[in-house]
Amino acid sequence: MSLLDVRDLSVVFQRKGERPFTAVDEVSFSVEPGQTVGLVGESGCGKSVTSLAIMGLLPKRGNKVTGEVNFDGADLLKLRPEDLRDRRGRDIGMIFQDPLSSLNPVIPIGTQVAEVLERHRGMDRKVALKEARELLDAVGIPDPTRRLKEYPHQISGGMRQRALIAIALACKPRLLIADEPTTALDVTIQAQILTLLKQLVDETGTALIMITHDLGVVAGLCDTVNVLYGGKIVERAARHDLFARPRHPYTHGLLNSVPRLDSPRGERLHAIRGSVADNIPWAEGCAFAPRCDNVVDACLDGPPPLEPTANGGDLRCNNPVSEEVAVP
Amino acid sequence: MTESTERTTEPLIELRDVKVHFPIKSGVLVDRTIGHVYAVDGVSLTINKGETYGLVGESGCGKSTLGRGLLRLVEPTDGEIVFDGTDLRSLKAEPMRRIRRRIQMIFQDPLSSLDPRQSVESLLVEGLKAHGLAKDKAAVDKRLRDALAAVGLPASALSKYPHEFSGGQRQRIGIARALVLEPDLIVADEPVSALDVSIQAQVLNLLDELQEERGLTYLIIAHDLAVVRHIADTVGVMYLGGLVEEASSDDLYREPMHPYTRALMSAVPVPDPQVEDRRERILLAGDLPSPANPPAGCRFHTRCPWAQPTRCADERPALREVLDGHRVACHYAEDIAAGRIRPHEVEPELVRPDDGAAPGDTGELIPTP
Repeated sequence: MSLLDVRDLSVVFQRKGERPFTAVDEVSFSVEPGQTVGLVGESGCGKSVTSLAIMGLLPKRGNKVTGEVNFDGADLLKLRPEDLRDRRGRDIGMIFQDPLSSLNPVIPIGTQVAEVLERHRGMDRKVALKEARELLDAVGIPDPTRRLKEYPHQISGGMRQRALIAIALACKPRLLIADEPTTALDVTIQAQILTLLKQLVDETGTALIMITHDLGVVAGLCDTVNVLYGGKIVERAARHDLFARPRHPYTHGLLNSVPRLDSPRGERLHAIRGSVADNIPWAEGCAFAPRCDNVVDACLDGPPPLEPTANGGDLRCNNPVSEEVAVP
Repeated sequence: MTESTERTTEPLIELRDVKVHFPIKSGVLVDRTIGHVYAVDGVSLTINKGETYGLVGESGCGKSTLGRGLLRLVEPTDGEIVFDGTDLRSLKAEPMRRIRRRIQMIFQDPLSSLDPRQSVESLLVEGLKAHGLAKDKAAVDKRLRDALAAVGLPASALSKYPHEFSGGQRQRIGIARALVLEPDLIVADEPVSALDVSIQAQVLNLLDELQEERGLTYLIIAHDLAVVRHIADTVGVMYLGGLVEEASSDDLYREPMHPYTRALMSAVPVPDPQVEDRRERILLAGDLPSPANPPAGCRFHTRCPWAQPTRCADERPALREVLDGHRVACHYAEDIAAGRIRPHEVEPELVRPDDGAAPGDTGELIPTP
């Protein structure tokens, strides 16, 4: 059985006097124990809202979450708040994009790590601090004993992200959700953090959901990749398949529009035309249709279904890119 | 750059040993300078006419400060900036203001660099007015329309406000604002880093086209190596206030010679699992040292996997030409390239954001995004 099974998850934001906005639209995916799954997409595609909905971290008002989030046999969306709090931090850890705003600025790092251990593993402060020291050491923070007493502003961005990872992993969760964990960091620091994440996932067997806009990050890390567009999954494939033979025109376009370090220079980039503002609602057709080069009449005739592909993935497209077209 | 390159090259702007130091001040009633942030510490480079120079580096390396210093938006502490034969630093305020028509800037965040309460027309016309070019209404109108057309926006955009546009379109407005003045040099500070990848490609292509049509010269400042490699003819790599390597874009990526450049390039994720699975990463230990208290000798020696016991820690390497047109600031560049020196383990040194400043001190720093 899957560790996490998300079924038809939808999040609709509703503000008074405004039309409801569907940020996440019937998203389904599952995560096996020890697996790394990527959620990829550009801003506004619903990737972060999906993770917040899984964790039950969306605000109480103004939105409607439907569907199922089955974790370990229980539907997280139906749990009572106190039961959910028990799970969060213990069974599911989360790492956010901006380490400075996700750490409390007026509490020392050590206390923030120890807090999790006290809450979920019933340790007393002294034991918890000792364990916290071990954790900081494990995520590669130099001189962890001194670091325990320091405040977030006293350490660098990369170190803060490491501290955040230490907090997320404190209770050895079975699932870790990382929402753009390296976007705020420089590339050399990003490489450090990604290597660390990979190593921790390998060592502890934690499943990882990696949410990112950076296809390069996904290429080196994820087993399965879900590409989101306009709140829906448009393509799902194993990592090698996705990058070698992207079938959805959006995925194909994304891969073609990033300049690569190892490709020949001087060629024009194949940009995707238009912007997300051109999207049409899924009810009327494929949201990507106005920007798509492969558009056919059927695309403007209701949403295309997500259908399984020959190599075990899923695809939501009426006229996919042919398998022969390689990425230049 | 040297004269040995084949193209007929004519320098448009030359920077000679430019320094920008920010004082760190302390004290309640009387300001006392207790140190300096060596944001840019001796950079020399030449940008030829019609060329694109890409400046890369991580946050805090001084690349943005250098771009601003070039326009004297921050006053350089030392050095010469020769633009088309004139030393910009010797100019008084009024001639400097006039010469700025020829050097325009594109900023990173189009939303915060465009006044939300000004219409696009008023944003574009402002520069023309400042330079006394807005006398003939019809001509101005034509100029604005041309600039908008050049960046791919309809003329109807003139009466709209920045919030009515998407991120990519806003960046186009920013580019149009630079273009109306018909500059020779455009300094673009992270022009695409705030944009989604699909939009990024559109803006990069646009910059390319404009250069071809108008013979513009660019200084592109960015942290993304792949972007810089794509757009630049010559690339300079900065680390902690200094240029560590400079070469033509192709050479630099084919054969990076400075250890920092090598590490930087190996850290960039490539969207190709086959490459990702094969490649070896040079992982740098620790963080960027504080520019207020840079390491002695080679600034990179504290994190360099190739650092040697001699020279690296006490002698600052000069940027010297190692191969034709390929300048490197490393004592051992040849030995590393030939494989005579092997990389070794580096213990991460602790870096504190407040290094070099007194406790509780709030030195004024220009943050680099």
